[in-house]
Amino acid sequence: MSALVEFAGVSYSVGGREILRDISLRLEPGEKLILLGRSGSGKTTALKLVNGLLFPSSGHVLVEGKSTTEWDSVRLKRHTGYVIQESGLFPHFTVAANVGTVPKLENWPEQRIQARVSELLTQVGLDPKEFGARYPKQLSGGQRQRIGVARALAANPALLLLDEPFGALDPVTRLELQRQFQKLQTTAIFVTHDVREALLLGSRIGLLRAGSLEFLGPPPEFLHSQGEEARAFLEVLGAGHVV
Amino acid sequence: MWFELQDLAIEHIIMVAISMLIAAGIAIPTAIWLTRRAAWHRWVLGFANILQTIPSLALFGFLIPIPFIGGIGKRTAIIALVLYALLPILRNTLVGIMGVDAAVRESAVAMGMTPRQVLWQVELPLAARTILAGLRVATVTTVGTATIAAAIGAGGLGVFIFRGIASVDSGQILAGAVPAALMAILADEGLGWIERRFAPA
Repeated sequence: MSALVEFAGVSYSVGGREILRDISLRLEPGEKLILLGRSGSGKTTALKLVNGLLFPSSGHVLVEGKSTTEWDSVRLKRHTGYVIQESGLFPHFTVAANVGTVPKLENWPEQRIQARVSELLTQVGLDPKEFGARYPKQLSGGQRQRIGVARALAANPALLLLDEPFGALDPVTRLELQRQFQKLQTTAIFVTHDVREALLLGSRIGLLRAGSLEFLGPPPEFLHSQGEEARAFLEVLGAGHVV
Repeated sequence: MWFELQDLAIEHIIMVAISMLIAAGIAIPTAIWLTRRAAWHRWVLGFANILQTIPSLALFGFLIPIPFIGGIGKRTAIIALVLYALLPILRNTLVGIMGVDAAVRESAVAMGMTPRQVLWQVELPLAARTILAGLRVATVTTVGTATIAAAIGAGGLGVFIFRGIASVDSGQILAGAVPAALMAILADEGLGWIERRFAPA
């Protein structure tokens, strides 16, 4: 009963098109669930159902045992951190203001916000003194993504949702950020189409194919999955070995 | 002549300032409202477009016989100037807000900002430059159009121009036209400065 997130028979349709079909899964505290799938497989939609950016057409998404439709919409979002590709940082906010967004919305005292921002910037490997006053456009892609993660963690969310956060980065920077992500203790749902990333970061992998959950299990099990879509993804790894 | 110029110039500025305040007060909230109702864009922008195509002398003339809002004088002139200024402000506010990066807006919502916070903390600041540009265009054209207001007895620098035309005195025409042009340039520069100062690209 202690599932942090539970999908119970969730389907999602828009304009008569079914994006997700009868998804059921449970996420326990401390887990890192990777939603893997091709473009258009419904993984981003699944993520947005968790923090109430979208609501299921049928079934329920429960966060801490309560349906997302019963949560106060603003509370639920401040309770979950959200990171997207290209970070979606506020271009008119400094780095410090970006990271302090949710604490500020939550009316933390200014001093506590500053302390938290410094702590987070240090945690993601950026010197608060050097970077705090900069604007997002003065940063590299990798630095922006670090800020994006720091911003999502700011108010100690129970859950982190990440939508291909490292997708636009060069391979070396991506690996650095992946290593950093591995150290995080926060429970997370992480969307990617990169099977290597899924195997590296996931405590469990959920494979989506055209809106259905085709596989759900830990990485070692995924490696031996005989499912058609799973084989297709694993073939990518094989191709990598030849090169 | 100098005293008259001073008086008419002040009258002109006040007429433009009042018109701009009213136009901005109508157009900006309307545009914000429109950003939430895509189906209305065509109709409202189309209406504002039509207003803009009415020749200014004709619009001033049309308004005179209308009860309550019409008549001779400043009130009628200000109503006409407001109608002209609506479109650029409306269009730029709408374009500015609609142009905010979808990823930025989505992450604002996902951070747990209320719709009001998204508007004030993200959408309006990011659209500020475009909105100010619309105000600038509207102000500059209003300074020019306001010279025609003298034709319906609203005063302003147009008084010199119409008097000059009537007496075939190009000196008089210039006495109205040159200060009006300078005023337009100053307004353009001043608002341009504000744009750069408060809403860097």
